This record gives sequence, C-alpha cells and structure tokens, in this order.
Amino acid sequence: MKYQTVIGLEVHLQLNTKTKAFCGCAIDFGKTPNSGVCPVCLGFPGTLPVYNKEALNSAIKLALAFSCEIQEHTKFDRKNYFYPDLPKNYQISQFDLPLSRNGYLDIASGGKTKRIGITRVHLEEDAGKLIHETSSSLVDFNRTGVPLLEIVSEPDLSSPQEAFDYLTSLKNIIGYLDVSDCDMEKGSLRCDANISLRPEGAKELGVKTELKNMNSFKGVKDALAFEVSRQTELLEAGQPMTQETRLWDAEKSETVSMRSKEGAKDYRYFPDPDLTVFIIDREMVSRIKTQLPELPREKMQRFMRDYGLSEYDAKILVNSKKDAQFAEDCIQKYPEKDKKIMVNWLIGPLLSEANARKLNLYELNIDKEELINLIGFVENQSISHLSAKLVLTQMIDSQKPAVLLIKENNMLQISDTTALEEIIAGVILENEKSVSSFKAGKTNALMFLVGQVMKKSAGKANPKVVGELIKRRLTDA
Amino acid sequence: MIDKETVEYVAHLARIELQPEELEKLSRQLHDILGFIDKLSVLDVGLVKPTSHILPISNVLREDEPHICLTPDKALENAPGKNGNFFSVPKIIE
Amino acid sequence: MVLNQFTAHELLDKLKNSQATLKDILDSIYARIQEVEPKVKAYARYKSVDRPRLNPQSNGLFFGLPVTVKDNICTEGLNTECCSKILTNFRPPYDATVINKLKAAGSSIFPFKANMDEFAFGSSTENSYFGTTHNPWNLECVPGGSSGGSAAAVAGDEAIWALGSDTGGSIRQPASFCGVVGLKPTYGRVSRFGLIAFASSLDQIGPITKDVEDAAILTRIISGYDPNDSTSANKDIPDYTDSLGKDIRGLKIGIPREYFIEGMDAQVKSVIEEAINKLKSLGAVANQVTLPHTQYAVPVYYIIATAEASSNLARFDGVQYGYRAKSDSLIDMYKKTRAEGFGEEAKRRIILGTFALSHGYYDAYYLRALKVRTLIKNDFDAVFKNFDCIITPTSPTPAFKIGERTQDPLKMYLSDIYTISVNLAGIPAISLPCGFTKNGLPVGLQIMAKPFNEEMLFKIAHAFEQNTEWHKIKPRL
Repeated sequence: MKYQTVIGLEVHLQLNTKTKAFCGCAIDFGKTPNSGVCPVCLGFPGTLPVYNKEALNSAIKLALAFSCEIQEHTKFDRKNYFYPDLPKNYQISQFDLPLSRNGYLDIASGGKTKRIGITRVHLEEDAGKLIHETSSSLVDFNRTGVPLLEIVSEPDLSSPQEAFDYLTSLKNIIGYLDVSDCDMEKGSLRCDANISLRPEGAKELGVKTELKNMNSFKGVKDALAFEVSRQTELLEAGQPMTQETRLWDAEKSETVSMRSKEGAKDYRYFPDPDLTVFIIDREMVSRIKTQLPELPREKMQRFMRDYGLSEYDAKILVNSKKDAQFAEDCIQKYPEKDKKIMVNWLIGPLLSEANARKLNLYELNIDKEELINLIGFVENQSISHLSAKLVLTQMIDSQKPAVLLIKENNMLQISDTTALEEIIAGVILENEKSVSSFKAGKTNALMFLVGQVMKKSAGKANPKVVGELIKRRLTDA
Repeated sequence: MIDKETVEYVAHLARIELQPEELEKLSRQLHDILGFIDKLSVLDVGLVKPTSHILPISNVLREDEPHICLTPDKALENAPGKNGNFFSVPKIIE
Repeated sequence: MVLNQFTAHELLDKLKNSQATLKDILDSIYARIQEVEPKVKAYARYKSVDRPRLNPQSNGLFFGLPVTVKDNICTEGLNTECCSKILTNFRPPYDATVINKLKAAGSSIFPFKANMDEFAFGSSTENSYFGTTHNPWNLECVPGGSSGGSAAAVAGDEAIWALGSDTGGSIRQPASFCGVVGLKPTYGRVSRFGLIAFASSLDQIGPITKDVEDAAILTRIISGYDPNDSTSANKDIPDYTDSLGKDIRGLKIGIPREYFIEGMDAQVKSVIEEAINKLKSLGAVANQVTLPHTQYAVPVYYIIATAEASSNLARFDGVQYGYRAKSDSLIDMYKKTRAEGFGEEAKRRIILGTFALSHGYYDAYYLRALKVRTLIKNDFDAVFKNFDCIITPTSPTPAFKIGERTQDPLKMYLSDIYTISVNLAGIPAISLPCGFTKNGLPVGLQIMAKPFNEEMLFKIAHAFEQNTEWHKIKPRL
C-alpha cells in the first residue's frame, strides 16, 4: 500500500528585543549563569509582569507577514506545570485567544509553489536552561522570560523536504522582518514536528508522533525522513501505532521514544490575572502594516518589473534581505542603462565567489564603486572578461582598487592598431594555410588567426580589434 | 462530586504529598465545600460574560528599555541549593 | 496618654512642633511591645532580646514615623515569610512599591513584620506558622484575619499604624474584631507589586489605623499608578484629608436586605442599626436596597481565589528560596517540600483551586464562578446608580473564640460573608468601630462606595467617627 505523509510544524521563535518579555533584563547570552536575571523573571514572590511593547509590535509584524488575521481581543493565560527551568511553575502563554490565526506561507518546493496554512501565531515566554549532572541538575535562568512566538502550521506539509522548504521560507521572511536571529543552532529558533502516515486517499489522519530535539533544519528533515520509513515499516507489518513523543538523536540518526510516565497533560490554563487584555484595533494594525518592510515575494516582483530581471535571477537575489539590498544598491549605482550587465555580474561571478567562500553576497566586502569600475573596463574593452574575473577575486582578497590590480597584472588590452599590426603581420606570414582557407571563405580560419595573435600578445590584445584588422588586411589585399 | 482518587490526582498535579489520613480528611472536607459551592449551578449563566479582570483597562505595556539586573550572588542569596552560579536541584527522574 | 497611644497624625504634629522626638516614640512603642506582646503575639518573629536599630530619615512628610507591615509585603533584606514554613528566612532582594512610597515619604519600616494567616489564608490568624495572635479586647478570642497581626498591633498600641492586605475581607474583618479602622481600596488603586499574591484579581493592600484621618493619610501615600503593576490604575490620587470634616446631609445610603439575615448576631444587628440611626441623625438618607446575588459571593470567591492561589503558590517549590525537604529526586523533593512547608489550610486551598482549574471541571467551576462574578458586579453597579454608599456590618459576629472554627473550614469561610462581595466587585470599603457587644467586643461598620470613590468612604466614616466616641475606647491589656 502507498502511504501519504502528513506533517505539521510547531516553531518557537525568540524575538530579538533588547529586553525580556515581562521585565527589563537585557537579553544577552553567553553571560555568567544567573547574571541576566531580576526578581521578576526569577518569579520571586510578589513580583508582577508587564509586557514588552516592542515584542508585541514584532509579533504583530510577523503575523501580518504570514497573512494572519490579528485578533481584536487577545490575552495571556497561565500554563501550569512544574519544572525547575520554569521559576513560577507556570508559563505565561496564550490559550483560547491567541494574537493571530489563519495565516499562510507560500513555499517553493520541487519547482512548484505550495501554500502552507498557519493555524496560529501566539505570544509566550521562554524557560531557563538545565544542565544535568549525575546526582543533580543545575539551573540557569538567564534565558527565562525571553519573548517567544509560537508559530503553528496546519498539517499541510507532505514530505520531509517540504518541511525543510517551509522552514527555509519562514527563516527568509523573518530575516526580512528583522524580529529574530532565527538561528536553530543557537536555539533562537526551535522546531517540533507532528507526523503521521495514512493510506493514500484516506480521509482520516493516522496516529501522530511528536518529534523533538532537532537542532537544525537538516535535522528536522532527517528526523522526519527517519519517521516516514519507521512508520511505513510498522504500518506494513500491520503493527499498531501509539501516539507518542520521540526525540531525535542526531548522532545515531534515529528517533527514540521518550516514554513518559505522566499521562495526558493537564495544564490548567486560565487567564493570567496579573496581565490586562490587549485590544488590537484596526488602526494599530494598519499602523504596523506601514512599518512592514518589502517582503521577498514583493521584492522579487519589483526586481523583475524595474530591472528587467528574470524570475529565476530575481528569486536568487531576494533570498536574503541583505543580499537583496546589496544587489539593489549595485544595480542602482550602475550608471549604464542596461542593468542586465550588472545583474549578470551579481548572479554570475559574484555569487560564485560568495559560494566558494561560503559567504553571502553582501559579506564579500566589495566596494560597489570599484565593482562598477571593473565592469567599465570590460565594457570599454580595456580588459577581457576572463581577466576581469581574476581581478574580482583579487579585489575581494586584497581590497585593492580594480585599476591598480589591472596595472599590477599588466592586463590592459592592446587596442592600439600600430602595435597590433606588427604582430598580425607576423602571424599572417607564419600561417599561410589558414590565410588561404580564410580567403576561400572559411570563417573558422579567422578565429584561428585571432587566437594566434592573442597568444603572441600574451592575451592582452583586444580580440575584437584584432579580428577587424585581420579581416581588413586579408580582404583588401 | 469529588472522590479520593480525584483528590489524589489533583494533589499530584499540585505536587503535594498527602498522608493517608490527610487524604481521607481532605476528601471529606472538599466534598462538603464543593457541596456548598454547587449552589452556583442553579444560576442560568448562559449569556453572562465571565469577569476575569474587574478593572476595564487594556494594553498595558512597557518600553523595551533595559534595567539593572541582580548580581548572581544576590539572585542566589536565598537558594536552598546552589553550585557555583547555578541553582541546584535533585536529579530529575520523570 | 503615652506616646504609643496616639494616632499617627497626632504624633506627626508633635514631631513637627518638637513636642516629641522620634526616639521617644520608638521607646514607648518598644516598651509597650515588651509589656503586651507575650500576650497578644501580633508580630511574626518578635524576640524581646533584639531591638534592631531603626535608621530612619527624620525628614520628609512622616519624620521617620514607623509603619508596621504585614508579613506578605516584601521589604528588602527584611524577613518576608507570609508566616509560612515554606518561606523560612526569605529576605526579598527588593522593596514592594508601597514600601518605596512610604520610604520616599520619610516613613520608616518597623523591623518586625505583623503576624497573619499563612499566605493570608484565613479569617482568624490561627493559621500562622509563628502561632496564633490574640485579640487585645479578649485574649481568648481571635483578632480576625488574615491581617490579624496588623489589627491587633494597632489596637493594642504596639504599632502607630499598619499595612494589611485584603483579598476577601482580610483588612476589614480584623479591623472590625479589634476595634480599629481598616480600608480596602478600589482594585487597582494601590500597586500590588511586592505583595506576595494570594488571589491576584482580588488582592489589595490597605491601611489599618486608629482613626479615619490616619487611614486617609496612609491611603494617599500608598496609592497611585505603578508601571510595574499592569493592573494598577493610571488615575490621579486626591488628597483624602480634604474629605474629612464634611457635611453628610442628603447623602444616600443603601442598606442591602440580603445582609440582614439569619446568622447575624443579634447584638451586632442592634449596634449596626444604632449606627445607621446615627448617620440618619447627621442628615444622611437611608433606604433598603437589594444585592440579589449576595448568597453566591462566598462560593464564587472560594473558586476564584483558590484557583488563582493554586497557580500563584506553585512557585514555592524549594528551588530558589525558602524551605526545601531532603530528597534524591526532583518530584519527590517538590512533593515533600510542599507537604512539609505548607500548613493545612494552604494545602486545602491549593488542592481546591487546582481541582477547579483541572481538566473536565474548569467550565463547571472556574468559568461559572467568573460569570457569577459578573452578576455580583452588576448588582453593585445598579445600586450605585442611585446611592452614594452601601452600609452593612463588617462581620456577622464579633470576634469568636480561638479554636472555635478551626475544625470546620466551611464555617470559617462564612465569616467573610459580608466582606467578600466587595473584592469580587473591585470596589472600595472601609470598616470602622461603631459600638460594642455586651461582652465588650468591638463591632465594625462597613461602608462601600463606587470604584475610585474612596473620598466618599472617608467623608462618611469621618463624620460618623467625629460624632461618636467608639474610636477613643482602648482595650485593657
């Protein structure tokens, strides 16, 4: 039997506000344990939370970027459970009135665009960090109270690759909004997955497994792929599935059941009496809407429209906000009418340089004016395209101006006809056969002769000029 | 209404160990209290909005501006178990 | 009269006019404490040996005059234990907002905290880890609760004035039992930041004083918007002393018929009726009104208050502060710490509240209670459309005997039958002495007003007080 995979993702995103969600402790990681804390985030008796304005703003921005409906009434609830990384033994979260619902994200997967539903985006707070030792556990509350968003997708993803593409798109958009560092390895983005399999065509969902402990996008994809084959095997063997939580072990490349004694969770959600409700009216939403940056899809369309880029090229350039900015700056600064020349440089030589160095375009640290100068030398045929690529590499490495590197390399093309005539005369004398072939009408022979001149000039001759000169000489004679 | 098993379950949720005689007594008392509370069930509250905040204020927010944190010494001053700059708790066995 | 017997405003006058020094006042307080504290036990941890040095600023409005503070209000570096074993030796790293305000006004904080029912769970101050407080009017009787220590200290002249907290009557009922003045301000009037929460949506800090003028002075100092408390109201604070000495002719008093029912002590009834007649003789107009949902207040309260408490008290788990039971595993440590650290009433309420929020019971108990709370609030709104205030007894009985109700929690809960609705509706109310029973126990008159109309309470209370002698009678200890 064929099985269909159903995946939904739950992403927890740390917002990059200056301070925590409910107190003024600066968010600064890598510090001494328990140094970025205060009575409020430690949940000391008598303390009270007040929510961070900027966190709410960022959250609304993100929800709008995912086309979510912002709820007019939203409130915080307490999610009650005991755990030592949770100082109050409840997490401030949202239950029945989340900030936003019913959004979507368009992802590019396998050459097609697919729309993935976003169930809800809600506000909550992060917990602390535990270090487990042999007979005890150590608690550091520096991370406690960092503002989090929970982004829950619909079970619309149908393969591990789609899950990967969803996360990539999500990260791309969040990068544009600049509301989070979005780094899974550093924990600023965390992702849990729900996966189930069902016979192709079946309406009802299969028994779901919750996957945790993935530390990278690739980890998410690998864990899901492992689950697809594990669950397929079980189903095919006719074995019953149980709903469970499994942890991804990246080293062993397998998922392991968490086997928890605790039955169904009873979180006893109720409205947090320490926090007021939030009424988010249309005016506030439209004000925040105006603060939204141009998002990748719009930017791509504009690049196509304004600079005549192909969809393919535009898509590459808008993949990261900073790259798109860099590219657009270059294109706008480029003085010639035909912007395509600059675009070709960006997605050609520059992108190869960036890929080779595992950097983003903007991180190549190349001076835009110098790049334009370099392209100018090629366009006025002072240097060859090949030489220019070499100069580009050196420019990135040495930060020297293009003109200096061209001189150092002695790359200026010879377009001075008197100097070239001398070389051409010699070549004609030495290649009688080719000369007669050309005269007999074989144009290939001209290419050969030009090549010979280039060789003798150590590549510095301007091939276009050389061709013209040879043609004139042989036809005139 | 409330039986011993429920009281035991709820005590577990609340992380309170109860001795058998405590459980017995508490179950009896809670039964009485809930019996009294049950007089609420005669009211028709179908169309009534719940009040979880008595003050009609909303949108209370703070500026995203840092304050001064506690030093780790101060944060750990009251701790019954610590190890260096960490709070320390017994081993977590789920 | 000796200095400790005077009211705060009288002492402030003496300090201003150099008729007394702060040292004289403190000496007389300590002398009194030494004399009567072994009988009254109003303070949580008083030991005669150590008299800590007060280091008050003698400047400011209050000339360093000390305020006695209930053990659930955080005082930096000073034991704040809610009279519970589980907070043994807890010294907060911060001051409550009310403490900051008092200090800023030049007040000093009395170095011994007032006794109370553990976590304010009780109506008799018999639930304190430090032992029972005795009523200065009759040492065999309870002082009321939970702010019984504050009320007994003021009544017994062991304190000039004091702060208490009121969740369901915890200021007014002990004030009534001890023959002093106690005010529960409008919810949101006084910051809760630093008040160790019992039920966040009901708690308010308020004054317990020897007369109405002191209550007006102290209320003004502790009131006001606090950016650290999301539930504090951003409203101007009037000078409440402006409400003193005013004419009350023509004021409309509502007498709710639901409060004059069986269960009310006959002597209390006649004392209250006399008090109402007194107000009438001063020109006020009294009429019967109805608060039809009164009978539901106690059940609603015991659901909402315990539900919130179960979550608020989850943080007492032996991790960051207070008592920790010895154990090798975390969950066992939690359970033993909370079993050994909480007293019987605390456990009862936590378990009741946890139950009310737990899966399958939330709608029937918690949600239903929130709805009935709306009905109770509506009752008051309706009456206040036509009346300036509502007058009732503070308690159906005078102070009862120690031990009389400890075995019957339900009977104990019904002691608060006249005070609870005020907290549910969020309105302000004051209790002031209005007479005595034949056995010489004080009876309290309760006045309620519209939200944020504390001025009305001071106006009527002061007019009554100035035309009676009850507040001048002192217990013989």
